[in-house]
Amino acid sequence: MEFLQYFGGVFEPTSFLLLLGGTIGGLILGATPGLSPTMAVALLIPFTFQLEATQGLILLGAAYTSTVAGGAVSAILLKIPGAPANIATALDGHAMAQQGRGTEALHVSFLASGIGGVIGVFLLIFLTPVLARWALAFGPSHLFWMAILGVTIIGSLDSRSFVKGLLSGCLGLWLSMIGYDDIQGAQRFIFHDSLTGGINIITALIGIFAIPQIIEMWAKGRVPHKITAVSIGKQSLLSSIRLLSKNTKALTIGTITGSIIGLIPGVGGQIAGLLAYDQTRKMSADGDTFGKGNPAGVIAAESANNAMVGPSLVPLLTLSIPGSPTAAVLLGGLLIHGIFPGSDLFDNHPEVAWTFINSMLIGQVLMVIFGIWVASYAARVAQIPPPIMAASVLVLALFGSYSVQQSMGDVYVMLTLGFSMYLLEKVGFSAAPLVLGLILGPIAEANFIQGSMIAAAMDGPMQYFLAGPLNVFLVALVLVSIAWSFLSSKRDAKRVNAAAKAAIVNRTADEDETSQGAST
Amino acid sequence: MSQSVSNKAPSRLVHLLPATLVLVLAVIVTWLSYTREPSDAFLFPRLISTVMIVLAVWNFLRALLGLAKVGDGLDSQTVRRVAPGAIVMIVLVYFAAKMLGFYVASYLAFLCVYSLYDPASHTAFRSWIKRLSITAAFMSVIYALFTLLLKVQTPRGLFF
Repeated sequence: MEFLQYFGGVFEPTSFLLLLGGTIGGLILGATPGLSPTMAVALLIPFTFQLEATQGLILLGAAYTSTVAGGAVSAILLKIPGAPANIATALDGHAMAQQGRGTEALHVSFLASGIGGVIGVFLLIFLTPVLARWALAFGPSHLFWMAILGVTIIGSLDSRSFVKGLLSGCLGLWLSMIGYDDIQGAQRFIFHDSLTGGINIITALIGIFAIPQIIEMWAKGRVPHKITAVSIGKQSLLSSIRLLSKNTKALTIGTITGSIIGLIPGVGGQIAGLLAYDQTRKMSADGDTFGKGNPAGVIAAESANNAMVGPSLVPLLTLSIPGSPTAAVLLGGLLIHGIFPGSDLFDNHPEVAWTFINSMLIGQVLMVIFGIWVASYAARVAQIPPPIMAASVLVLALFGSYSVQQSMGDVYVMLTLGFSMYLLEKVGFSAAPLVLGLILGPIAEANFIQGSMIAAAMDGPMQYFLAGPLNVFLVALVLVSIAWSFLSSKRDAKRVNAAAKAAIVNRTADEDETSQGAST
Repeated sequence: MSQSVSNKAPSRLVHLLPATLVLVLAVIVTWLSYTREPSDAFLFPRLISTVMIVLAVWNFLRALLGLAKVGDGLDSQTVRRVAPGAIVMIVLVYFAAKMLGFYVASYLAFLCVYSLYDPASHTAFRSWIKRLSITAAFMSVIYALFTLLLKVQTPRGLFF
């Protein structure tokens, strides 16, 4: 209960103001398409130079927490995930918004984020030593299989076409390999100067999610703006809380998945959200309604990506291993203040460590309060006429992609990926598997190479990658996921064919009746 | 007439053409992965490209046999509607950004895209005042956020 001794530090005026400012600012940045949590935290680091270490960390921690949750706003209203962690949120959240249940989606999203986040931070507080030891048990082979598991989930996410889902994932994995290979010092798949540095994930995210959305708006032509781009219905907070209480299964799956994924170094929130979404869909009796506006999808994804935040700091604070890209930026924030994670942090700077952790707990509560408030204003985004929305998103996409590395090459890459994705989507490919492949690629490759090196010095790759209970467990999960996805795809295809046949039979019967009536 | 068009199933070519392009891409990636040096740098690409080519062949065969049914492709009306915006985006971003400056090109991109798809009259003076004002207001916010707050330095051409 050491953390209770340092609770007062959070409520010191400057610290609390920074926590409040970081939370509200993070929510707005997170809700802005193209501004990712990693980018927001990185941009805030220079502002912490003038602050004390504790205050600086409070600001960064608040921004980290709230940008992840804030990304749900643009995912729900615009179908543009504010961060990779919000990809799964967009699937059902945007469908809900299109059905006029946008406010409901935003409410359950922030409530689920808050609950998942609080539990995640409690895990960080109480289970740090135990869970850090467990996370350490993951070697390169296990991390490689975790990444492969993510790839197989890609296929199941796109249940409309199993082969196109997996192929989209492979395209994403290939895109992640473009550029300069740091380990071997070789250039790979560089067809243009803009690709020399590889494809930046933020640039890719903006292009893949924003540009097809813009083109879809254009495809509607010059239609009078009678209805809003995304119609949002009115919903009281109380009824949203009731809705959340009806979906405790999704909340539990999301929170547990996020907490476990957060502990695994390098995996991050994007996998937490997608994995929780996928598992909830598979375990749900009404799995067919996922992707069509099922609130359980939003709850699972958002509780997972915020439950991941606390545990992702366990390996960071104890072993200097960041659990997510944003945690890696946070590590930089620690180091510039001369604080080294590990026993040094808890032994020599307990006030810094525990005040920071406590601030994350309070930050989750503030995030729910202000998130719902900000979301009600952010809902106005949907009132903007589509031509203005399309033009705004286009300019935001241009500036967002340019500002990542201040390079016009990134803008070209963003537009090229965006146009290509639009055309691919038109023939049944999906953006989410492609993006996940792009994110998972470096993780999978780094651990595959590292594992191969270790295997060469041991009993060979088969023994290293396939033996051991954890490897066997992960490989079994991969195989089950593939089989499940394949069978789901077959089942869906049969259902579609049956519906089509029924429609033909009905139409023929109608035509027969009409012709008989005419002859009579 | 339009009803009959919308009810018609997409032609096999709609799936065959992209399936062929993806297969060609998979072949190129596989060929590069297995032929480029140093071979150690292409160890992981070889693994992925092998899976990719298997899936691309599977996808191609499904399209060839008429089994691929997911996705409707692009119709001519969509192409006609999308083309003006796409051309504006390509011209202004790929060519005008460095020549005129990033802000001027973005201002023009916003104004053109907004005007092209705005259902309001293109001859009414008030509509243009509204469009110009909204564009200026939005670009001011962008300037405050990216240049003043985030200190992003954009390429400058003839103008800003």
